[in-house]
Amino acid sequence: MQPLEATVLAPGNMEEEIQGGYCGDLLSDCIANAVEGSVWVTVQSHPNVIAVATLVGIPCVVVVNNYEVDEETLARARNEGITVLRTPLSAFEAVSRLAALGVPGKKRRG
Amino acid sequence: MTDERPLIELERKIAGGDFQSAGDVSSELKRILQQVGFPPPFSRRVVIAAYEAEMNVVIHAWRGIFRAWIFPNRVHIEVDDEGPGIPDLELAFQEGYSTAPPHIREMGFGAGYGLSNMKKCSDRLEIDTRVGEGTKVIMDFFLNPS
Repeated sequence: MQPLEATVLAPGNMEEEIQGGYCGDLLSDCIANAVEGSVWVTVQSHPNVIAVATLVGIPCVVVVNNYEVDEETLARARNEGITVLRTPLSAFEAVSRLAALGVPGKKRRG
Repeated sequence: MTDERPLIELERKIAGGDFQSAGDVSSELKRILQQVGFPPPFSRRVVIAAYEAEMNVVIHAWRGIFRAWIFPNRVHIEVDDEGPGIPDLELAFQEGYSTAPPHIREMGFGAGYGLSNMKKCSDRLEIDTRVGEGTKVIMDFFLNPS
């Protein structure tokens, strides 16, 4: 993932097209507001991130600031076909680069 | 309640403090709802509320039982836990109010939106809580709310 300077930690079903993006670190916030098919930019990297991604229908999680990602998180991501990327970029920088690629911010309801 | 039979009944244990398996029950429920063929927006609100109820047990309680009854036109969920109970329900419903400890908040849990998410997503929410004993959450979701 060149534009994000990211390492692919779990490949997932990379052919799935990203339709939007969401950024946030509170799981209740993401599950309530993120839209299916979005890339999720977050500092969180524990296994429950994959549970939330699965429930929302998020195909790709970008962990920023090179935070360590648990092996259990990656095992779950592989099981669910979810892509996990890790980038040294900050959340702000990662989101601006995704936006420059044409990924629109998406949010549930109004 | 009518005497109609559910299509599927689901009963799962939830272990308090088990953040590794947290969300598994809601994920299983999501798969079942998809298989039954409910419209995605309906499944989504059921699953969000189920996830919040499941996480409340993991975060706050010692153990709990998650039960779901899936009917053709509605879903009924009951989550019964043994735990500390909720001393002030009105306060607990306030967005942003939380009693979760800092190490749980750092993981992005316990931000104080659980109960309000459950209320927004369900068509009926009832909470029966006893301090020092536990909490029971009952939720109904109707495919065509009247």
